[in-house]
Parts: sequence; C-alpha cells; structure tokens
Amino acid sequence: MATLEIKDLHVSVTADETSKEILKGVDLTIKSGETHAIMGPNGSGKSTLSYAIAGHPKYQITSGSVTLDGEDVLEMSVDERARAGLFLAMQYPVEVPGVSMSNFLRTAATAVRGEAPNLRHWVKEVKGAMADLDIDPAFAERSVNEGFSGGEKKRHEILQLGLLKPKIAILDETDSGLDVDALRVVSEGVNRYKESGEAGVMLITHYTRILKYIEPDFVHVFANGRIVESGGRELADQLEEQGYVKYTGNQEAATVA
Amino acid sequence: MAVTTQDQQHGLTAHSHGAGVPVSSRADHFASFDVAAFEVPGGREEIWRFTPMKRLANLHNGALATAVAAVDVSAPEGVRVETVAKGDDRLGVAGTPGDRIAAQAWTSFTDATVVTLPKDTKVGPTTVTITGPGVGEVAYGHLQVRAEQFAEGVVVLDHRGSGAYADNVEFVVGDGAHLTVVAIQDWADDAVHVSSHHTKLGQDATLRHTVISLGGDLVRITPVVTYAGRGGDAELLGLYFADAGQHLEHRPFIDHAQPNCRSNVVYKGALQGDDAHTVWIGDVLIRAAAEGTETFELNRNLVLTDGARADSVPNLEIETGEIEGAGHASATGRFDDEQLFYLQARGIPEEQARRLVVRGFFHEILLKISVPEVRERLEAAIEAELEAVGA
Repeated sequence: MATLEIKDLHVSVTADETSKEILKGVDLTIKSGETHAIMGPNGSGKSTLSYAIAGHPKYQITSGSVTLDGEDVLEMSVDERARAGLFLAMQYPVEVPGVSMSNFLRTAATAVRGEAPNLRHWVKEVKGAMADLDIDPAFAERSVNEGFSGGEKKRHEILQLGLLKPKIAILDETDSGLDVDALRVVSEGVNRYKESGEAGVMLITHYTRILKYIEPDFVHVFANGRIVESGGRELADQLEEQGYVKYTGNQEAATVA
Repeated sequence: MAVTTQDQQHGLTAHSHGAGVPVSSRADHFASFDVAAFEVPGGREEIWRFTPMKRLANLHNGALATAVAAVDVSAPEGVRVETVAKGDDRLGVAGTPGDRIAAQAWTSFTDATVVTLPKDTKVGPTTVTITGPGVGEVAYGHLQVRAEQFAEGVVVLDHRGSGAYADNVEFVVGDGAHLTVVAIQDWADDAVHVSSHHTKLGQDATLRHTVISLGGDLVRITPVVTYAGRGGDAELLGLYFADAGQHLEHRPFIDHAQPNCRSNVVYKGALQGDDAHTVWIGDVLIRAAAEGTETFELNRNLVLTDGARADSVPNLEIETGEIEGAGHASATGRFDDEQLFYLQARGIPEEQARRLVVRGFFHEILLKISVPEVRERLEAAIEAELEAVGA
C-alpha cells in the first residue's frame, strides 16, 4: 500500500531570466489501487506537474511538498525517486543513440530492483512483455527510442512501466498521437499493470477517449496551474459534452473533433 | 568552449567553402620529400594554427634523432615483414610529405618496416607495436603496409611509451584489396606524436582506417587518401578522448581525383578537464575528373566538462557537378541533460547514466572495429577515462 501526497505545490520555470509560476497550489493524494485522471486544456500545467514530481531540473519547486509513503520526494535525486517507486511515462520519450533497448531495460531493472535480474528469467520476461504490447523483438537491439515512431515510443514507455512495476505511475499524455489500435494496446498494458492492485496511476490527458479503455476512479479538472474540480467518472462525461469552457473561458474541446 | 555547427548537403553546383574558407584550394597544398623545401613554421600558418608549437619538441624545427622507436611486428603466417633501408624504391609511393614534420621524418628515418599482405589471400590480424624512444628523446620512423591485389587483412598499429616521435605511414592498397587499419595512440602522458598516413587506394580497393587517440601530451595525425583507380572505397573513422592538458589533432584529407570512388569520414571525440583540446580539420577535395564521387564527412564532439575546447572545421571543395553526393556535418555540444534525465527517471544513477551516454556516443565507431581484443581493450580504456573524472 503506497500513498503519493502532493500538498500546496507551487512550481516555477525560469526562461530568459524571468521566473514564471506554472503550478499554483496543487493538492492531490493518490493511493495504490486508485486511478486518477488529470484532465485539462493545453497549457494548464499538467505536464509541469508530472515533470516536477519526477524531478526534472528545469522546474523549481517554490513551495509545498510531495511525499511518497511519508518520505520527502523533493529531497531525492531523479534516480532516487524512480528507485523509491515513482515512474513517469513521458509524452516525448528521449532518444539515446548507441544504447540498446535491451541494455537500457536491464540496467534500469537492475537499478530499480536493487539486483541484476536472473538472465534467463529476464530474457523471458522481456520477450513476454514485448509480445504483450505487439512490439517486434528486433526493437531490443535498437538504440533507445532512436527513430521510433510516436506510437512505438509510447509502447516502450508502457513496456518499461510493466517491467519496473512502480508504486505510482504518472502517465503524461500517453494517449497523444496514438491511433485506435495503438491506444488499445497501450491501454491494455496499463490495465495489466493496474491488475496487481498495488499500483496507483495518475493519468494525465487532454481528451476523454483513453478513459474508455482505462477506468478512472477519480477525475480532476486541471486549469491555470491547479485542480479546480474533482469528481468521479461523470466529470469526464461532462467534459466530453461541454469541453473546458467552464474552467477557462475559452472554447476547447475535450474530444477530438 | 568553441562550438561549431554545420549541417549541409551539397548539391550539384561546383563551389567551395567551409567553416573557415581555405586560404587556397587544397589542391595547391605544398608537398615535398625535402625538409629544406619547407620553411620552419611559426604557428600562424593555416595548417599549424591550431597546434601548440612549443609542445612539438622541435620536431618542426630540425630536432635531431636521439634514439629510435622500437618496432615489433606480430604477424600471422603468410604476411611478409621486412626491415629495409631508405633506398628501397617501394618507399614513398603512397604519398609525399605535406608538412615540415612529415618531411623531417622522411629525411631523418634510417630503417623502414615494410609489412606485406600477400595477394589473393585473407590473413589474420597483424599487430605492429611502436614504442616511443623514451622521455626527452626524439625519434623518426617509417612504416609501409602493402596489401597486394585482392589481399584481405587487418593491421593494428599500437603506439605506446614516451618521447617525441614523428613518422610517415604508407598504405599501398592494391586493386581489389581490402585493408583494415586500426591505429591506436595509447601514449604515456609526456609523448609527442606527429604522424602522416598516406594511402594509395587501387581500383575497386577498400580501406577502413580507424584512428584511436587516447594518450599523449600532443598527438597530431594527418591521414591522406588518394585513389589510383576507379571504384575505390575509403572509410575513415576516428575516436578520441582528451583529458586535461591534452592536445589531440586529426586532419583527414580525402583527395578524389578518380571517378566513381567513395569516401566516408566519421570522427567522434569526447573532452574533459581543463585545457583538454581537440582539433578536427576534415578536408575533402573532389577534382574535376572525379565524376560519380560519393562522399560524406562528419565530426561530433562531446564536451563533458568546462574548460575544454573542441575545434572542428569541415572543408569540402567540389570541382565537378557530376557527383553522386557530397556532404559534411560537424557538431560540438555539451552533455545532453535530457538524455541524462530520461535514464535517471528509470532509476539509473547519474554516474552510470553518464557512462551509458558516452559509451553510446562512441558505439558506432567501436562497433566497426572487427578485432575483438582491440575493441575490448578500447572499451576498457574509455571506461577508465570516464572513471578518472567521475563523469
């Protein structure tokens, strides 16, 4: 049983020597077994929230706290956060030329699990996980994300999610850029991870369509750097009907036109 | 840190340019076997302006040989190894010294080593170990590697030890031969090594030439490739890793004067520590006769710490529009923090993540080194370099 607790989180980014506040007091608690959908229009700060929790150096925490099972996440380095059980599936996964996917996965699993996985079991585990996500085995020998299509990158993010089995997973617009088949495959991957019952999920998305595949327990509307409304599934349905106009004053649909 | 970035694809019109436009065409570059024909360079000359002349141990200024560099050849059966005197008329056929130190080396060497890969035969790796003359000593040398018609083999040049050493190395690659060369500069910290590699590539011959520069106070390698017939294919690869105070300079020059030949140049370097300095000057000349040429040259530098400097100048001169393709690219940058973040976000500790990225950066070069023992040794050497700074 794990709990990620975010309290009154304020985050700024500095560009051209001027600091701009993006997150303006975020409060959110995610427990194992819960799936929280964070829905908001573009530019509302959803991605900033995910990167700030993961510890990206570009974002400065100006006040507030983030704890995982009572431990201060903000005091941890990026890799310590991951080893503590946090995982961020990125919207734009980074290419790492010359580092093979298989080497990367094994190095990451060794770091997160605290010991090198047994080679024979590991090969089987990776093969199985790749097959589950319809990933061609040839990808294991390719450089991390290099030359992958958008959909291939997302599948590999979910592959890592399944292998690293974090306590809390943050999925940052994992649905963006996916066609229907890829969305289904990726969503099934997330659901397999959830089936363990030990997993807490923060699902960040602009659109409601991924919620047809991944059932949220809670839906939060994110606007202007904070959560402005929380509810259940019905809130997503309402967004589907009405868009974000109520929260932003702008017409911005929550469905793909 | 100097940052030069160019990415260009050249089209069909003849033109010439570079990050620094050459003073004159590479075709007019002076060459001679006679050291007296060269003026003593002061350091402002185009071909010397990046080199710290004071650290050359006077190799450019008439330094006399005080010792010899030991040359040990370990060759498989079938490979002929000879020690010959300067008068041997096979010497000097692959190229003419293009700077004063190369001419000095030609003038000053006494014995040359000639290694011959016999025709129509595939042979195992030959290793030529050259040990510097010792601290404070000066030596000159000459080596010729001959791959006869349709010969196939690998020659490793392994440079170790101390002192100042200047030499010319010739690769005479016969028609249809496949020669692979790995030249490793694994010198002691005091060493000064100035070397010109001259390749004459026969019709339909293939050369894969890899330069690895890791050790030495000052290393300056000038690999020159000329084609003796159609269909020649040269791949020039380089990997260098400069630590604090080191000067590592590479000046590949591909002279396309025959039609339908190919060349591909890829040099990658990493730098770390105060006053680590690397220089890469990549010249490609496509002469009017060299129709159907296909060439690309690329240099990438990864600057790991403050205080290091990478100079990178690609020059491409094209005298005919009738080519398959020609291009060059050069980029020097710092460590990519996004790559680091990504790896760390998967639990990989920062130090290990850095090593993964640097290893990945060099991967494409190391992958092409076909001798497993050499590749493993270089991988270990790169690991050791990274550990030294805790990168």
